[in-house]
Amino acid sequence: MEEKMMAESARLRHEYLRHDKKFPHVWCPGCGIGIVLGSLIRAIDSLGLDKDELVLASGIGCSGRLPVYVDFNTIHTTHGRALTFATGIKLANPSLTVMTVMGDGDATAIGGNHFIHAARRNLNLTAIIINNQIYGMTGGQYSPTTPYGSNSATSVYGHIEHAFSIAELAVTAGASYVARGTVYHVPALDKLIARGIEKEGFSVIEIMSNCHTQYGRRNKMPDPVTMMKWFRDQAVSVSRAAKMEAAELEGKFTIGILADRDKPSYTSEYQHIREQALHQEKKK
Amino acid sequence: MNDDRYEIRFGGSGGQGIILAAVILAEAAALYDKKYVSQTQSYGPEARGGKSKAEVVISSREIDYPKVITMDFFLAMNQAALDAYFYDFKPNGLLVVDSTFVEQVPTSRVIAIPFTSIARELGRELVANVVALGAVGLLCPAVGAEGLRQAVLGRVPPKTVELNSKAFAAGAEAANAFDLDSLPRSITSDEEREI
Amino acid sequence: MDSKQSGTISLLQGNEAIVKGALAAGCRFFAGYPITPASEIAELMSINLPKVGGTFIQMEDEIAGIGAIIGASLAGVKSLTATSGPGFSLMQENLGFACITETPCVIVNVMRGGPSTGLPTSPGQGDVMQARWGTHGIHPIVVLSVSSVLDSFEITIHAFNISEKYRIPVIILSDEVVAHTRESITIPDQTGFEEVNRIKPSVPPEWYHPYEDNSRGVPPMASFGDGYRHHVTGLVHDVHGYPTQRVDEIDAFQRRQFRKITNGFYEIQMTKSTMLDDAEIAVIAYGSVSRSALRAIKMARERGIKAGLLHLITLFPFPRQTAEQVLRQCRAVLVPEMNLGQISREVKRVNLSSKIEKINRIDGQLITPEEIFKKLLEM
Repeated sequence: MEEKMMAESARLRHEYLRHDKKFPHVWCPGCGIGIVLGSLIRAIDSLGLDKDELVLASGIGCSGRLPVYVDFNTIHTTHGRALTFATGIKLANPSLTVMTVMGDGDATAIGGNHFIHAARRNLNLTAIIINNQIYGMTGGQYSPTTPYGSNSATSVYGHIEHAFSIAELAVTAGASYVARGTVYHVPALDKLIARGIEKEGFSVIEIMSNCHTQYGRRNKMPDPVTMMKWFRDQAVSVSRAAKMEAAELEGKFTIGILADRDKPSYTSEYQHIREQALHQEKKK
Repeated sequence: MNDDRYEIRFGGSGGQGIILAAVILAEAAALYDKKYVSQTQSYGPEARGGKSKAEVVISSREIDYPKVITMDFFLAMNQAALDAYFYDFKPNGLLVVDSTFVEQVPTSRVIAIPFTSIARELGRELVANVVALGAVGLLCPAVGAEGLRQAVLGRVPPKTVELNSKAFAAGAEAANAFDLDSLPRSITSDEEREI
Repeated sequence: MDSKQSGTISLLQGNEAIVKGALAAGCRFFAGYPITPASEIAELMSINLPKVGGTFIQMEDEIAGIGAIIGASLAGVKSLTATSGPGFSLMQENLGFACITETPCVIVNVMRGGPSTGLPTSPGQGDVMQARWGTHGIHPIVVLSVSSVLDSFEITIHAFNISEKYRIPVIILSDEVVAHTRESITIPDQTGFEEVNRIKPSVPPEWYHPYEDNSRGVPPMASFGDGYRHHVTGLVHDVHGYPTQRVDEIDAFQRRQFRKITNGFYEIQMTKSTMLDDAEIAVIAYGSVSRSALRAIKMARERGIKAGLLHLITLFPFPRQTAEQVLRQCRAVLVPEMNLGQISREVKRVNLSSKIEKINRIDGQLITPEEIFKKLLEM
């Protein structure tokens, strides 16, 4: 069994990681981003997508370094702007499968405006947001998802702001598909990502991930295992949460699919606009 | 200067269709008369309040400076615009005013026609600018009247072609009643010019 | 081009002519955000692009506008955005991304009075240095200016061609006067244009090095979806496109950026000379001000003054050689600008012995021929 898994892992690495890229990667040992990368690869493999037709765009931060390792069409853009580039790529060539990978600060602070408008616009993109509740690469400053009362490099007296719930924000902004997973619940995460990529319209997969180096160390969870346990204990499935009282859910977060709804996709709507414009032109 | 640059200004209040009238005049000169034209206008808050202006320069040669330097022709649709934009009028220029709104004129080289009153009689005050264009076609030597008429009719909504056609004709007819030769040739006297 | 040649005569605003030029150049993607006095470009693109199979999108801000056009260009579609001062400021970050990733795209900045909200409906020329140096770090950039409706059409085509040929973002500086002036121009038949397209790789994907140097210094560019699965990053990168910290690779990369543009000076640096052959004094001008200058030198000639005009179309890379010739020949050179002296600094930088005079208006008004003429009389 183990041998089979190792062989499968080797196949996936050979198939999807860039051979000419100098490893090791930039992430700390035990970082959750590696788990997300694994999940993403397995999700793509399960869908049988052509690598030539895949585009992965990222912003800036630890998550921003993910695309360089995978053998797709990849782009590492400016901080917070991955979705704007992805929008241009998708509209220019709608046959491409376009995904973005962003961090919490990337997607909801500097890129917050792009994020809510991409959700509202409902262009067929998949946005993976790795939420580690901190700015990792710059040294552990608080982000829009840093919990109230936590410590960070810029909130050493305790954080006085309140955190965004990214997935709930995406639901309200109009995304067609919204899911939340964690780097602890990995088989489920593979499926949540695969479903998001398949879904026509804007898909958001928020992934609770560990930055033990910058967040955990400052908040009594100094190693990956402690953080994994925290994800395990705080995560409540969407269906179970529905039966729970608000007080019971205090400090916890839901995992699973928060929204899965159908709307006409932007590119098909725009095709109608083209036909309409041509029709009017011919009438002249 | 060795060119036949002819400089026209339209002034009025926002809503009198001044800019549209200037665009139509420019179109006539460009598309029907095959002249070089340059058309500009004042934008912004100024255009929304009491007065706005639009200018057209027409020449048989390529136009360098795109705005009016000194006016050959000034159509003023109200008193405020006339007062504000009269400053660079040529001595032998021609002023045409809408006498519905203009009471005081600063020059004797003027033709006063009640464009708005004529438009009201036709049933739509809105076509005062087209009535005025009818007069411009006759009074302004830089643009052909027939080209201007076609440019007007090419621009207006199909349902209003008849009304605008009447408005244009009414303006031309009103202008036809004036004899341009009866005006002083220039507002500077011969003595002044000799000096 | 003689505007009376065969084709369709149209009465267009400068902004409309930019749209016509972009479409003629093969532009099929526009993303932007409304702003005075540039909005007509977006409006007309929204009407016309779908008719030719292109795509228009109004984004949430100018940052997103330029991000989207860079993305579209990476997917192989020629792209345009248009804005004015405040929006141009927002675009600076991603403009740098287009520079470092060598992504062709064209950015129109219809200049108005600034800083900040400034004078939204009045012309200005205050963004010249911003166009050159607005994004951080060392980078070459191409900045072209337009002075008329005809320019707006023709120079936009040049902008796309330069952008494609040299893989560089090209900025077109228009101004409120040019943008909103209607002029008659003849749009020549489609076959009359030279349309340049980026060179795509001819090697198999496993041999493709997306940032490898060659004699031109411009590497072939694969589009996403072409089967060349490469990496694009705003980090300084090696020939594979992967981030590098090796000093030899960094230096080679940075210097190639400049070399490819220097190689193209002969066609990138565009100027127009009028009555300069025997000129003793000259005006160096650009944008709408060059129109006033043209009339002013004619007025001076009527007075027997040997005046000429060097009209700069390319502002950056600054057409040094042409300017130097004028400066060597003329005892005095006048640089009128609707700012307090931006191109005049470039002129002074390359000057040897000529006397440099300036006229500067910063009141939102176009400098008049009379003002320039009077100054010429004093020179």
